[in-house]
Amino acid sequence: MTPIPSELPLELKYTKTHEWVRDEGDGSVTVGITDHAQALLGDMVYIELPDPGDALEAGEECAVVESVKAASDVYAPVTGVVIDVNGDLEEAPETVNRDPYGDGWLFHMKLEDPAELDGLLDAEAYAEMIAEEE
Amino acid sequence: MSPAMPRHTPLYSQHLASGAKLVNFAGWAMPIHYGSQVEEHHQVRRDAGLFDVSHMVVLDVLGADAQAFLRRLLANDVARLRDPGKALYSCMLDASGGVIDDLIVYFVRDGEYRLVVNAATRDKDLAWIRRQAAGEAVTIRERDDLAMLAVQGPQARDKTFAALGEGLAPAMDLPPFHAVECGPLFVARTGYTGEDGFEIILPAAQAPALWDALLAAGVAPAGLGARDTLRLEAGMNLYGQDMDESTSPLVSGLAWTVAFEPAERDFIGRAALQAERERGPAQRLVGLLLEGRGVLRAHQRVFTDAGEGEITSGGFSPTLGRAIALARVPAAAGEQGEVEIRGKRLPVRRVEYPFVRHGRACIA
Repeated sequence: MTPIPSELPLELKYTKTHEWVRDEGDGSVTVGITDHAQALLGDMVYIELPDPGDALEAGEECAVVESVKAASDVYAPVTGVVIDVNGDLEEAPETVNRDPYGDGWLFHMKLEDPAELDGLLDAEAYAEMIAEEE
Repeated sequence: MSPAMPRHTPLYSQHLASGAKLVNFAGWAMPIHYGSQVEEHHQVRRDAGLFDVSHMVVLDVLGADAQAFLRRLLANDVARLRDPGKALYSCMLDASGGVIDDLIVYFVRDGEYRLVVNAATRDKDLAWIRRQAAGEAVTIRERDDLAMLAVQGPQARDKTFAALGEGLAPAMDLPPFHAVECGPLFVARTGYTGEDGFEIILPAAQAPALWDALLAAGVAPAGLGARDTLRLEAGMNLYGQDMDESTSPLVSGLAWTVAFEPAERDFIGRAALQAERERGPAQRLVGLLLEGRGVLRAHQRVFTDAGEGEITSGGFSPTLGRAIALARVPAAAGEQGEVEIRGKRLPVRRVEYPFVRHGRACIA
C-alpha cells in the first residue's frame, strides 16, 4: 500500500517532534503523528497508547509507534488528561500509514490551559521545519 | 566507514523508476522498500518478488589448488560438492573459531569455484582470503563486472521462465541448491527468503534488461526491508547480527554447517571448535515468540531460568502477525522466558525455527 500523499492540513497545529494537534473547540484536542513521520517510519506494526485518565505533561513520552523498522516515541504536545484513545489501532496499526490525520488519530486529551496551543507550530512553520531537515 | 557518496548498482535507474526509497547500505545506494515493506513481504510469500542484490560480492576461486584451498578456508567441506553446479552454505572462520563471514560456494567445474560473500564484509574478507591464498596455486578474482538479482516466491520460477523463455532451458530441472550456466547467466536455485526461486548472476550491462523483463512478467520489486523480515521468518542468520568474529558457529545455530568429518581435514578454526564442542557450548541460538503484543528487536535482554541472553535479530513477522526473534541464550535455558521491552518484562516462548517456510507457518 502506498500512502496517499496529503497536503499538510492548515487547521492543525504541529510539534517539532512530528505530532499533530486538532483543537476540538471545547477545551480538548485530538493528537496523532504527521504524514511526514509515518512515511519516515514505514509500515506500522504495533502501537502502544496511554490509558484514559492518564495525566500528561507537555513533552512527556506518552505513546509508542512501532514500524517494521523501529520503535518511536510519541510526546504529549500539551499538558492535560487523556480522555479517549483510538482502540481500533490495536488490530489495525496500518491505519496510521493510510490516514494519519483522520482514522489514524492516537488519542484525545483535555487541555489544562487552552493558551498552550498558541505555542505550537502552525502548518507553515512545520512545513518549513521538515523542508530544512531534508 | 562508507564513502560519502554511495555506489550505484547497475539497476539504480530501475529503482528510481519503481519509486524506491534508497538508503546507504554498506556503501551502496540500495532500495529499502518501494512503498510498503509489508506488501513486498507478502508478495514474495504469495507470488513473486524481485531483489537487486548486486551489492553482494562475487569471487571466483580458480586454479589447480582451488579445492584444497577452500577445504582449508571454509568450515564446511567443498569436497561434498561432487556435481558441477552444486552449492554449499559455509562459514569462514578465524583461528579462534569466530565467524569472519558466511557465504555460499558453488562448485562450477574442476579448478573453479564461485563464492558469494556479504557486501559489508567485503574488504575484510578479501584481505583474509588473499592472505590465506598466498603461496597456493589459486587465483582470487573479484567479479565487479557482474550484477546479481534474486527472484523469490512460489511463482518465481514460472515467471522467470516466462520472462526468459528458451534462454533459461538449462535451468528447467535445476534441483534446489544447484546452479547452471544459461549462456551469460549463472542461474542458481537458491535464496534468502524461505521460498523457491532463483538467484541470477549476470554481466552488469545485461541486468537492466533482465529486471525490466521480470517486471513485465509480473514479478514485483522488493527491497532490503522485506528481505530482512523474510529471512528472519525463514530462520536464516544475518552476518553482523546473529554471528560475527566474537561468536562461533556452535553458539550461532550453525553447527550443521561445520563439517567435522573427515577428521583429517584441517580447516581454519577447527581446533577451537573441537575444543568448544567437547566442553559443550555455553550458549545456543534459539527462536523466540512473543506471547503478547509488542515487537521484539535486536539487543533486547532475554531472561531465562539459566541466566540472561540477548536477542540477535527480532521483528514483526508479517506472515504470522506477531513478533519473532532469534536470540542467543544459555544452553540450559528452558522453554519459557521473558524479554525486556522499554523497562517491562514480557513473556516469550522458545520455538523451533524456521518460523515460516514456503508460505506456511511452521509454529503452533
